[in-house]
Amino acid sequence: MTVGLTSYLMVALILFCVGLYGALTKRNAVIVLISIELMLNAVNINLVAFSKYGLYPNVAGQIFTLFSMTVAAAEVAVGLAILIALYRNKETVNVDEMDQMKR
Amino acid sequence: MVSILQYAWLIPLFPLLAFIVIVSFGRQLKEGAAIVGILLTGASFVIAALVFAGKFWWNAQDYKFNLEWLQVGDIFISMGFEVNQLNAMMVLIVTLVSLLVQIYSKGYMHGDERFPVFYQYLALFTFSMLGLVLSPNLLQLYIFWELVGVCSFLLVGYYFFKPEAKAAAKKAFIVTRIGDLGLLIAICLLFWWTGSFEYSQIFESVAFGRMNPWMVTLVAILIFVGAVGKSGQFPLHTWLPDAMEGPTPVSALIHAATMVAAGVYLVAATYPLFIASDTALTVVAYIGGFTAIFAASIGLTQRDIKRVLAYSTVSQLGYMMLALGVAGAAGYVAGTFHLMTHAFFKALLFLAAGSVIHAVHTQDVFEMGGLWKKMPVTALTFLIGCLAIAGIFPLSGFWSKEAILAAAFGAHRYDLLLVALVAAFFTAFYMFRLFFLTFTGEARGQHQAHESPSVMTGPLMILALLAIVSGFVNTPYAPALGNWLLDSAAGAAISMVFGEEMAHAAIWLQIAALAVSILGIVLAYLMYGKKSISPDTIPEIMPWLYQLSYRKFYVDEIYHHVFVRPLGWLGAGLNAFDRFVVDGLVGLTAKIAAGIGSLHAKAQNGQVQSYGTMVLFGLMLLVVAVTLLAQGGGFFAK
Repeated sequence: MTVGLTSYLMVALILFCVGLYGALTKRNAVIVLISIELMLNAVNINLVAFSKYGLYPNVAGQIFTLFSMTVAAAEVAVGLAILIALYRNKETVNVDEMDQMKR
Repeated sequence: MVSILQYAWLIPLFPLLAFIVIVSFGRQLKEGAAIVGILLTGASFVIAALVFAGKFWWNAQDYKFNLEWLQVGDIFISMGFEVNQLNAMMVLIVTLVSLLVQIYSKGYMHGDERFPVFYQYLALFTFSMLGLVLSPNLLQLYIFWELVGVCSFLLVGYYFFKPEAKAAAKKAFIVTRIGDLGLLIAICLLFWWTGSFEYSQIFESVAFGRMNPWMVTLVAILIFVGAVGKSGQFPLHTWLPDAMEGPTPVSALIHAATMVAAGVYLVAATYPLFIASDTALTVVAYIGGFTAIFAASIGLTQRDIKRVLAYSTVSQLGYMMLALGVAGAAGYVAGTFHLMTHAFFKALLFLAAGSVIHAVHTQDVFEMGGLWKKMPVTALTFLIGCLAIAGIFPLSGFWSKEAILAAAFGAHRYDLLLVALVAAFFTAFYMFRLFFLTFTGEARGQHQAHESPSVMTGPLMILALLAIVSGFVNTPYAPALGNWLLDSAAGAAISMVFGEEMAHAAIWLQIAALAVSILGIVLAYLMYGKKSISPDTIPEIMPWLYQLSYRKFYVDEIYHHVFVRPLGWLGAGLNAFDRFVVDGLVGLTAKIAAGIGSLHAKAQNGQVQSYGTMVLFGLMLLVVAVTLLAQGGGFFAK
């Protein structure tokens, strides 16, 4: 039995929604960052799935995934750095209290 | 041929130069502003005298200079100046009176804080008035007409810190504006019918019957409405007595001798238009006659020395209008002649009154008295002025008033003749009432009066001399001025309509006029000089009559209730509409926008998560919308 494209896309969708939910609702900034990673990985699954089952299957999708993961790693590094800087200044990792954009 | 008339354009420019100099250097000049004003006005007086001499003795041709100013379609609108008999006489009067008043003001206004400003206004006024009389077309005349109105406003409101002066200035401006509107409409109508603003072309159109008779009548009456406003004729006379809130030299120059005569001048200058319409002439004559007797009867009871003189001015202007209205060569000459003599003796009376006010610091005649010994020069010149205005032989007023009576008699207008005689009686009475109350009897007020400085009495003496002799230029036996005035384009137009003959005065008419005046003087003497008749007799017998006159026939009150208050209500209503409806709508729009804005402002809470949620909902809405559209528009198409 082969697993079809639809199943991959469903997994990616569920993963994305879980990530979105986490990113929008969690208080802890670390959890939010992790949730964003989940959403990114849902996209990666999509890319890989289409590189195999797409209309014109080729290896570009998988290579693109590598790029995406690299960029995501860099982004998390930056995000954590900002988080630490914030934590040092405000003594909190609670996203609710981070409303500097309003001021 | 080069004639002096070509330089007439310099006459108004000297006062304009004075105005510019005083505006620029007024602060440095301080009271030296008077010197600037006097010297430059003196210069223009010299030229005006030469121009007048050129016209009067050397019979120079009329001179007209036109400069193309604007081109509208095929029509050229020009600017320029024109010298003819009438305005040669006017520039002489205006420059002379203005010069004397400026010399006088040097003493009268001495020590005033805004001394240079006063001279600024005087210079600007002199310039405007001279520009007005030298204008060769109605458009230019209208510009200067408004300029003198502005100067009048500024000078009446010179003591702007007094609420009465402020109100009087506004009243003077607004009431004359009503008349100006008539003049403006007349000018527009004339331009529409004749395609020109030039006097000569307009008169030509009228003479050749290119305008409908009813249109000529309408235009003439509308021009007269302008004259009514400026010359303080009934029913627009109310501003002139109030204008006495201005400094006294201003009253003498503007509100007695020159500006208020502009209305009479306007009628005289556009006389060919008036003689083409009997109706218009009749209106002029009756309005003039009514004003003459109406204002004179108010003058009988006023207590303020300047107000008496103001009503006397209104009354005398009515006389001039009456003369112009009875038509013909005699009326034209009599009206302009009276304009000239009146300018001298009324300026004299006002300046003498100013000298009295300067000395006693009150304007109420019942607080004066006994000034004859203390101020001999003022008293004597005032007496000469009174005799002149009352029309006592052989002073100037006698000749000009007699000319008016003769004109009315010659035109068989016996009703107007009677009115003029009664008005002459009133005039003699109230002028001598003023004289006896001011200069004879016991001093009633607490004041240390003394004679004014010679800078003030000098002009008084010159004017007194003029008030005595200026009548001789046009006696019935040697009508030099009359012949000269009629030897002009206007005179030709008049003789075309009325024939050549000049009305010859009957000797009994002169005697009657003299008798009426003497009667008035004697009555005044008995009541206020000798006090053998109590002045309270009439108020006791007929208090309502006295009240009617003292309250100026309640005209101000009537206007207040009929025009001012309803207009006030209208204004208040419109103000309320503007404030609550118009402003309300604008305010509502602003409130809606602001409300929506503040609603959205709440959404900006600085929290990324709520922003993200909103973006998510937005996306969902978009997806739903696109999906529904993609299904053939089943939902949105209906």
